[in-house]
Amino acid sequence: MSIKYSNEHEWIRVEGDVGTVGISQYAQEQLGDVVFVDVPQAGRTIAKGESVAVVESVKAASDIYAPAGGEVIEGNAALADAPGDINADPMGKGWIFKVKLGNPADLDGLMDQAAYDEFVKSLG
Amino acid sequence: MSEPTAGPLERTPLHALHQELGARLVPFAGYEMPVQYPTGILAEHAWTRTSAGLFDVSHMGQVRLTGKDGQSAAKALETLVPGDIAGLQPGQQRYTQFTNDTGGILDDLMVTSTGDHLLLVVNAACKDADLAHLQKHLSARCEIEPMFARGLLALQGPQAAQALARLVPSVATMKFMTGAFVTIDGAQCYVTRSGYTGGDGFEISTPADKADPIARLLLAQPEVKPIGLGARDSLRLEAGLCLYGHDIDTTTTPIEAVLLWSIGKERRVVGGFPGASVIQRQIAEGAPRRRVGLLPEGKAIAREGAEIAVDGRIVGKVTSGGFAPTLGRAVAMGYVEKPVSANGTKVELVVRGKPVPAEIVPMPFVKHAYYRG
Repeated sequence: MSIKYSNEHEWIRVEGDVGTVGISQYAQEQLGDVVFVDVPQAGRTIAKGESVAVVESVKAASDIYAPAGGEVIEGNAALADAPGDINADPMGKGWIFKVKLGNPADLDGLMDQAAYDEFVKSLG
Repeated sequence: MSEPTAGPLERTPLHALHQELGARLVPFAGYEMPVQYPTGILAEHAWTRTSAGLFDVSHMGQVRLTGKDGQSAAKALETLVPGDIAGLQPGQQRYTQFTNDTGGILDDLMVTSTGDHLLLVVNAACKDADLAHLQKHLSARCEIEPMFARGLLALQGPQAAQALARLVPSVATMKFMTGAFVTIDGAQCYVTRSGYTGGDGFEISTPADKADPIARLLLAQPEVKPIGLGARDSLRLEAGLCLYGHDIDTTTTPIEAVLLWSIGKERRVVGGFPGASVIQRQIAEGAPRRRVGLLPEGKAIAREGAEIAVDGRIVGKVTSGGFAPTLGRAVAMGYVEKPVSANGTKVELVVRGKPVPAEIVPMPFVKHAYYRG
């Protein structure tokens, strides 16, 4: 199991050929209180970099881009009633969707934890 | 919320306090302003609706107008605004707009008479233009004193009166839209019972160097917490209040914006303000479009710029939209063509290309709770 990050602040945790996707602690702090999440439907085929979900905070709507392509196998339905899980537990209960990876090479350009921590630090 | 700016950002007298309190500071109207504190917008919003929130609005423009040589500053100001200013009793406050020759709105403002002068509070983003406008048109008749360095604190919420009265007992009996000089922490301040949340509250104009100690004194009251611009926006949206540059601008008239109530009865007839002929015609014949409240079904949020459609035909645009924390749902306001502007009309809001069913509803979304004595 490994966690990787995109430079759009999505994380993907890969177990076997399934990736679970959410947004990082830094991203949730920047967004502020989340009030609505539009999660993708199971069965949808998505491409790396495609806008697949929307996280609405009080302030703004933010697109969530797929850090890897494949077929969506589950959207986190619990977020409909508890969108604040994204703020409270962005790496855990606040996951957004699970994807059956179409091409493992999609993960190659993503950052590991140390690289992502450096990236966030560089943002000030 | 944030707007692009050129050059270094200005700071209000409370900048150091915001930093101490852990605010997230963002550029807004040329100032570095707190959008939220660590508790976040939802908690700040709820606190203001149930207790008392302290907002730094020192970026707004305060201007004093005094009539020259026995001339009336109120009569002079009436040449630029449609509000009944000459009718203001000492200590009375009114909401009005600077209009242009086509009846559009250059800015909206609060005007309070102290008896011997008028105190104006204008929007931060417009204050330099407003000052130039006043100087161009009124300098022969009025002394025009910008007081842009002064502090302006808004204390808003059902417990605001209790908290402020502990420092200044006389404010307890002040009524909505009145003002008075008071002493706080040894400094002369001007307090009005007004605000931008739809709830009870006060705005307190302070000398620049007293804004920080007075803010700390207010924050030391158990009812009071600091609130950022994020919650200020969600609070005013729930209250159905216009945000300049979004819900009203140079292309919208006060009639289209449903602000007829703010135009003096006599002034509707007599005119004498920029754009009067357009505004009088719209009063008589109706405006081609109208600002309305919108309640979308479900949870999707229609934000500024979303199109409003009826049976697939575009009839208008959302000018403000967001999550209303008090209601736990999305709300919006926008302009629609007059024939489809009645309450109860079913419309669709286009959110990310998808139509979301919505209904035109009366505003405010959350009942006003002004103190009228």
